Amino acid sequence: MHSLPGPHDITRHTLPNGITVLARENPNSPAVVVDASIHAGSIYEGRSHAGLANFTAAMLMRGTRDASFDQIHERIESVGASLGSSCGVHTGGFGGKALAEDLDMLLATAADIVRNPTFPADHIERLRGETLTGLAMRAHNTRAMAALTFYEALFGGDHPYGYSNDGYPDTVAAITRTELKQYQRKHYGPAEMIVVIVGSVSTQAAVKLVEKHFGDWSNARQPARAPAPTGRALNGSENRRVQIPGKTQTDIVLGFFGPRRSDPDFQAVRVANSILGVFGMYGRLGQNVRKKRGMAYYSFSRADGSFGPGTWRLIAGVNPAKVDAAIATMLAEIDRLATRLVTPTELADSKSLILGRLPLQLETNEGVAGTLAAIELHSLELDYLQRLPDQINSLTRADIRGAAARLLDSKKHVLAVAGPE
Amino acid sequence: MPRNTVIKTRLRNGLTVVLKSVHTAPVASFWVWYRVGSRHERTGRTGSSHWVEHMQFKGTAAFPADSVERAVSRVGGMWNAMTWIDWTAYFETMPADQIDLALQLEADRMVNSRYTKKDVQSERTVIISERQGSENQPTFLLSEEVQAAAFRVHPYHHEVLGDQVDIETMTRADLYAHYRAHYVPNNAIVVAVGDFKTTPMLKRIRALFGAVPKRDDPGLFVRPEPNQRGERRVHLEGEGQTAYLQAAYHAPAATDPDFFPMIVLDSILAGASSFNLFGGGISNKTSRLYRALVLTELAAGFSGNLAATVDPYLYSITCAVRADSALQKVEAALDEEMDRAMATPPAEEELAKAKKQARAMFAYSAESVSNLGFWYGFAEILDEYTWFTTYLDRLDAVTAADVQRVAQLVLTAANRTVGHYIPNDG
Repeated sequence: MHSLPGPHDITRHTLPNGITVLARENPNSPAVVVDASIHAGSIYEGRSHAGLANFTAAMLMRGTRDASFDQIHERIESVGASLGSSCGVHTGGFGGKALAEDLDMLLATAADIVRNPTFPADHIERLRGETLTGLAMRAHNTRAMAALTFYEALFGGDHPYGYSNDGYPDTVAAITRTELKQYQRKHYGPAEMIVVIVGSVSTQAAVKLVEKHFGDWSNARQPARAPAPTGRALNGSENRRVQIPGKTQTDIVLGFFGPRRSDPDFQAVRVANSILGVFGMYGRLGQNVRKKRGMAYYSFSRADGSFGPGTWRLIAGVNPAKVDAAIATMLAEIDRLATRLVTPTELADSKSLILGRLPLQLETNEGVAGTLAAIELHSLELDYLQRLPDQINSLTRADIRGAAARLLDSKKHVLAVAGPE
Repeated sequence: MPRNTVIKTRLRNGLTVVLKSVHTAPVASFWVWYRVGSRHERTGRTGSSHWVEHMQFKGTAAFPADSVERAVSRVGGMWNAMTWIDWTAYFETMPADQIDLALQLEADRMVNSRYTKKDVQSERTVIISERQGSENQPTFLLSEEVQAAAFRVHPYHHEVLGDQVDIETMTRADLYAHYRAHYVPNNAIVVAVGDFKTTPMLKRIRALFGAVPKRDDPGLFVRPEPNQRGERRVHLEGEGQTAYLQAAYHAPAATDPDFFPMIVLDSILAGASSFNLFGGGISNKTSRLYRALVLTELAAGFSGNLAATVDPYLYSITCAVRADSALQKVEAALDEEMDRAMATPPAEEELAKAKKQARAMFAYSAESVSNLGFWYGFAEILDEYTWFTTYLDRLDAVTAADVQRVAQLVLTAANRTVGHYIPNDG
């Protein structure tokens, strides 16, 4: 009864208009989770309109042809449900949860907001003011500024992965109602849309509900999916510092281009990153930056990959006097991972962590829904979780070093530091 | 969720044990809760409970730090700990067939943690760094000042992280004494939730924890806060472009009959929220304060925070002021809503909504054994686990008149501390 989600209990069904539904029943839960992706991310907006895709997504719940802001939220909140619209670089969409008895209402509301939004002018200005205040807070947040600066430096400020898809004060100030409406009309549609439903609803009923609320949706304007962006070669290291006087801690992001989700060494990078900055209390970085040297409250690493090149980042928050020492330790760890074999124990430990963690990650409806969405988005097979143990277990120490050596070079890194000096 | 399947017992050494089998996923969560938090700390040793929590990860003779960390991670387990004003809690959530490791580890570190001078020294800089990271956030600085102004006598006065000077000066002996005094079985609660059979689980807990000797009961450090006689105000200046407002009202303790009407009041004012540390809140865009503060374009956002505590603590509202608005305007709009809550009982629909929201959030939180483990232990700290299992029934019994009465008790200006954060770049 405790098997991981797979072809035996996932229903995958594509509607004639292009929507793919993935559903898995969880009879143990009284609730249902919905997770939908539409190819309407910020990659379609361009740097000059940074923030447009996000602004559009946030406006969807502010009023539709049939319901006002208050009516939409009253419907959702009065039954303790949640529904939110948001957007990343590639896809936007909606996500929510409800008690099983309210799933029909949740999907009806979700369909209404993505299909019939009206972009009320008063809400545009209200949201713009909130967003601009949020951007002013960001400018004084060391963690956010280190991250923002890192992405701009690594990819370049005009690259869809490089600039901030929350936008900048000047671009957000300039977005017009016409642009918001046009963005929604053009990019929101059923082509290649993914809807995942997990919880106390049968998979047939889930598919029927999606057909009921989205089956007659079409959008002839929807463009072809944007091609995956490319990276560039780093010729040397690049360092950027953001000064925010009055702060007491400095945040550091030091990193590189990471893997694409489709790269053959994606899982090797995952294991290598676990050894570097995840396993136990944040891997080798946790040992050497936090524990042995007491330099930081936090220090860890992340490797992410999407359609285009991802990032591999080493992250720490340190006392301003210890910035240089922390960076030196990070660079040493990078050299070690890229040039020397990890120990057999380290390799076995991280493999065991990644596979052993699956039951915990897949305990909740949200955990399952997120996994199913990633499987579909990246064209993995429905038996991805069944095949994962072999993929992970077959990795050798040389594979780990090879993946690290391909992506990490301590002399060609991007460093972003945000703090008081 | 059936209510009759919780098993609670007390071992001879005073340790409280709460067990619940849940067979929905092959996972289990094990928790140890100690009745010690920042409220037990005297001047000069503030932050010792939190620091002790850090030291509990530094290992014992049987379980050196690196080996435990490795053992938990190797099987895909998650572990962590948290310290708050009333309590400190440790948990491991693991694949169910591995949960015994958590029992062994927790029983051992209840008595055998090492506290080497070297580890104390290295952790001192980590905690200073943790505090400096918090100080980077204006809302942390503001809350700390408001909390200190609201409690002149009660030890809820100081931040859990402790004052910088105490973190700099506390010694290994101070920390070890704090550990020895409070980490005793008669001051602790263990909770296990997940895919196991309760009889062998209880037997195993008896075998591992039963041998830990009972010691003097450390008791509560109680210095009741005198009634506040008039509004207190705090002005704070700091870096940034954004102004923040916090209004904090003395509020009933978790076991006070007025606490449940207070939950409904919070839900109506600021939106439904969960006490659960693992999240699970829903949006608050139909709440009264969202309409009064955000839809009016005065605040960019706000949050309401009602804490369930052993002694009366604070109900606080924190607002981020929009760049094109002003602190005084936000405060005036807030006052108006508080006056309204005192003047008129809520509508029946508002009451019904608050109750349904609580039911839904309970259903969501029951999906995860870590959440359930949190709830049972947290409820035991405050009262009994039945505080959790009867929560929805008690919320259902709340009337509109109860809500108004409690609003009149809590939301007066004389009962609050108002804090303003004024940015130097605003």
